[in-house]
Amino acid sequence: MSTDARTQQEDAYLALQSTDEFQALRKKFRGFVFPMTGFFLTWYFLYVLLSIFAPGFMGRTVGGNITIGLLFGLGQFVTTFAITFIYARWANRELDPMAERLGARLDAQKEG
Amino acid sequence: MTLTLTAADAATSVGSPALNIGIFAAFVVFTLVIVIRVASGKKTAAQYYTAGGAFSGRQNGIAIAGDYLSAASFLGIAGAIALQGYDGFLYSIGFLVAWLVALLLVAELLRNTGRFTMADVLSFRLRQRPVRIATALSVIAVSFFYLLAQMAGAGGLVSLLLGINGELAQDLVIAVVGAVMIAYVLIGGMKGTTYVQIIKALLLIAGTFVITLWVLGRYGFDFSALLQAAADNSPKAGDKLFQPGLKYGKSLTTQIDFLSLAMALVLGTAGLPHVLQRFYTVPTSQQARKSVEWAIWLIGGFYLLTLVVGYGAAALVGPAKINAAPGKANAAAPLLAYELGGSVLLGIISGVAFATILAVVAGLTITTSATFAHDLYKEVFKRGAGSQEQEVRVARIAAVVIGIVAILGGIFAKTQNIAFLVALAFAVAASANLPTILYSLFWKRFNTRGALFSIYGGLVSAIALIVFSPVVSGKAPLEPGGPSPSMIQNAAVDFHWFPLDNPGLVSIPLAFFLGWLGTVTSKEYNARKYAEMEVRSLTGHGVGAALDH
Repeated sequence: MSTDARTQQEDAYLALQSTDEFQALRKKFRGFVFPMTGFFLTWYFLYVLLSIFAPGFMGRTVGGNITIGLLFGLGQFVTTFAITFIYARWANRELDPMAERLGARLDAQKEG
Repeated sequence: MTLTLTAADAATSVGSPALNIGIFAAFVVFTLVIVIRVASGKKTAAQYYTAGGAFSGRQNGIAIAGDYLSAASFLGIAGAIALQGYDGFLYSIGFLVAWLVALLLVAELLRNTGRFTMADVLSFRLRQRPVRIATALSVIAVSFFYLLAQMAGAGGLVSLLLGINGELAQDLVIAVVGAVMIAYVLIGGMKGTTYVQIIKALLLIAGTFVITLWVLGRYGFDFSALLQAAADNSPKAGDKLFQPGLKYGKSLTTQIDFLSLAMALVLGTAGLPHVLQRFYTVPTSQQARKSVEWAIWLIGGFYLLTLVVGYGAAALVGPAKINAAPGKANAAAPLLAYELGGSVLLGIISGVAFATILAVVAGLTITTSATFAHDLYKEVFKRGAGSQEQEVRVARIAAVVIGIVAILGGIFAKTQNIAFLVALAFAVAASANLPTILYSLFWKRFNTRGALFSIYGGLVSAIALIVFSPVVSGKAPLEPGGPSPSMIQNAAVDFHWFPLDNPGLVSIPLAFFLGWLGTVTSKEYNARKYAEMEVRSLTGHGVGAALDH
């Protein structure tokens, strides 16, 4: 690629970045992953902090030898699996089509 | 407990060494044949580093599980649960939840913006040379600690499984593991290594699944009854085995230490270079997403199994016998296999454990050799001008050198605690790598000075705090006059001043802070490159073109 073509390509990126469609994609992506990250980190550290500083509560049995802490820990597995499932479905359905349309537009510009 | 063997049966080795060696040798031959078959002819740089990005998301997800379920994960967590119960379980939760960071924030964007190495992404819109050098150093540091942990694990396992107790014989086995690993990497590149990881992951999960069913079957599939048996057979711990605090509840320092560890675990995974490298072995960000999905299902499922394996080892083998075995906690899972299925099951599990070490070491070696050849040799030393043949040759030479360093390091470190070495790798990864990865993907203003401050600050602070922690010197001996459990066993040597074993609580926030500080004190900002990076990371534009190189 010559320097000119390289700059042209970068300008195309710059132009696309400022379009409303791209900003909508960016907003949609961040609007999903940031709150989700906030949620699972809070939930994880809540579990860790309770285990460290409230062992009495976490060690209480709820049936047989199963303790609240064990259930809480299994809850971490459940939420991890659930977030994985929800995110993948959302991204496949909502994010990918938008991203592909914008990518295709760049390709068309390059050829045009 | 009629099922428990008496202490007299607890010999230093269990099972039939010949059978163990036989199963391991069969695995090596079988996988080498596959590696030779799938990887023929000369390799381009893309084939060597990333198998040309030709794996499917599912294949890569299984390989990631293979990579991640290292000896420390498999043997270490099962042993930790057997001896410390609930506090051991906390490890597996941190290791699993960490994958959400990779899924939501890192995997897809990384796949869309990089080609071969972590530094590709970090240096994308910053000044190439300084950022690549800094990233290469931190990649080498993290991989080195991880590598040492695996090789040290090999040494400990050998004495248990092969009945080899002599220094020289153990060293020889470490050397053999290293030599086979170098062969995988040189012959197979990333493609061959990935197949080894896939086979190993399936064997490991299947083997653990069988043990789990077997253990649960003994207790009528009643988990609570298994817990009761574990408590009954652990005279010291008793009920405390399913309550928090057995290991980390002793004092405020150990409590805060645990918080520090929890932080390093959850933020470390998405900064491990050999994990990140795996996202380049698939063609698109959709496949990268699929890889992480598969990895999370498999790794999560596996950790649920280790919960049963760990408590099963406490119930059926017992802490006294585990602690008496060479390798201590790491021996819990193999001893349980022997207890259940005799020499044959032990042989299979030990074969799988060796395969685990082999595959993980091979993956680490590819990543580190890619850093030497692609980042340091091609981009920094040759300023991007070297030919592909030269680059691949440098990568191969680097792989051999790394293999030799791993063998020597493994021989030196074979008495060290594996879990400590791995936690160290996670802490360094979370401090030196993750802040820069997140900043460069998400923060528009981020620049070269921010990256250098964060990488060097995270790297130096994490390592310095470890050197001056009780892990290296100054832990009180278990019995008066005995050796210190620290790395330096001479109890008279004590230069520690940092109270925590794990540096994460200090070094991770510090690295984030330094990244911010460096950025806001520098004026550098490249709007064009940022636009290119952001558009490419979100749309996947240019990924195909990058692969054609």
